[in-house]
Amino acid sequence: MKNMARYRRRKRGNAIFLTLSTFSALFGLAWLAVILAALFYRGLVDLTPATFTEMTPPPGVPGGLLNAIVGSLIMNGLAVAAGTPLGLLAGTYLAEYGRYTRLSFFVRFVNDILLSAPSIVTGLFVYEIIVVRMQSFSAIAGAASLMVIVVPVVVRTTENMLLLVPNGLREAAAALGAPRSAIIKAVTWRAARAGILTGVLLAIARISGETAPLLFTALNNQFWSTNLYQPMANLPVVIFQFAMSPYEGWHELAWAGALLTTVAVLGLSVVARILESSKRN
Amino acid sequence: MEASVQEKTKIDVKNLSFFYGTTQALKDISMPIYDRKVTAFIGPSGCGKSTLLRVLNRIYELYPNQRAEGEVMLDGNDILNTKQDMNLLRSRVGMVFQKPTPFPMTIYDNIAFGIKLYERVSRSELDGRVEHALQRAALWGEVKDKLHESGLSLSGGQQQRLCIARTVATKPEVILLDEPASALDPISTAKIEELIDELVKDYTIAIVTHNMQQASRTSDYTAFMYLGELVEFDNTEKVFTSPTNKRTEQYITGRFG
Repeated sequence: MKNMARYRRRKRGNAIFLTLSTFSALFGLAWLAVILAALFYRGLVDLTPATFTEMTPPPGVPGGLLNAIVGSLIMNGLAVAAGTPLGLLAGTYLAEYGRYTRLSFFVRFVNDILLSAPSIVTGLFVYEIIVVRMQSFSAIAGAASLMVIVVPVVVRTTENMLLLVPNGLREAAAALGAPRSAIIKAVTWRAARAGILTGVLLAIARISGETAPLLFTALNNQFWSTNLYQPMANLPVVIFQFAMSPYEGWHELAWAGALLTTVAVLGLSVVARILESSKRN
Repeated sequence: MEASVQEKTKIDVKNLSFFYGTTQALKDISMPIYDRKVTAFIGPSGCGKSTLLRVLNRIYELYPNQRAEGEVMLDGNDILNTKQDMNLLRSRVGMVFQKPTPFPMTIYDNIAFGIKLYERVSRSELDGRVEHALQRAALWGEVKDKLHESGLSLSGGQQQRLCIARTVATKPEVILLDEPASALDPISTAKIEELIDELVKDYTIAIVTHNMQQASRTSDYTAFMYLGELVEFDNTEKVFTSPTNKRTEQYITGRFG
């Protein structure tokens, strides 16, 4: 005869644990839902065609976010364009060439620190080495500080995705007489392509909301500017500045900007997820 | 371990020992692998037969802390010599693995990849080479209408024949087969065995197998290994009908291993 008391106790324990887990999951989700709801409720009203066609206005005057949207696109684009190859190559070194070397161990360690470094430190660092020397806030400095955030994310995801590629594939390619470079280019990068791309998308999502590094580097610009050596408007700093101000018109633009940023990040995350799951099939 | 006089030796293994870190996996192995013959390696799991195969194309060098001692002469040149270029060696000594390993690309590109590594060929010549390789691997009829679909879309048995086609396409001299049929169903296994019979006309073949019938069906010579040592090596008929060593006899009759 089975011991039913033991079985009932386990079932009871299971019910309690399940309730707690479900509650915690819902609790976390609820906050996200509230934040999103508030954003859409406030932001949607303020999101008008003018948001995309007019510049950030002085207080009390209607306007839009065009210069900030374009500024963010330019700096994010530069940061990703510069950071992705760097991160891709470094991650490839870690996973392929130097998997067992001491240098890799060290690089991995430093990369982990960079990955979790507060972004305000990144901003201050770039302020010191670029802004102070150039004696001006600039879009270049903004892109540089975002790049410092992009690189470790891409390094980490590239390495992890390449490590997921079975060694059997590397052996099979090597067994045909393929040198390392051919194995990487034709086989392992290809096998890890969706994962690596996901990493880049997540890096873009990550920098889209970063405010602190831009505050010290690109600062802000109330006017249209595509000059990389001048301060450049960007969504996070505009949101920060407008939300802290006492002006109602600026508040509305800040909500619209916040909604735009969130939707962009959400969209990127969804695309990243789809890519990731398509890779598994 | 006497060698038949009329055979030509393709690979001559001399006093080969192999180490994973400090663990010795092969102990002083000496044996020939004859030109255009099938040599089967049998023995219980962990006896070192796959390890021996992995020395013959030095694929073990992809990993740290693995090291071979002794000599492995391929056509009279020691491939364990540090001056031996590993990629060139592997282009001469091809290998097919236990698990089918199609590359994440089209069926066509799976085969073209290896060819293009060492040869500059025109598009039409490449087409011909791909077709020829697929025909030799008895896969052409099944894939000729979907050459540009992913190699991963094939069944397990087809994938394995694709891997064999890929190896054949690079025109190696020796083909190493590491349990090529152990992950396949009986029909696919039979196809692979027919293929081996066909390929041995042009290639020297070394095959590791857990399947006694497969060894006796496909091979000309058989090496029985146990605990890293070569216990018996002779022509297959002799090993299976009148083994000289007691362990060999026990193993092939299924009494241990």
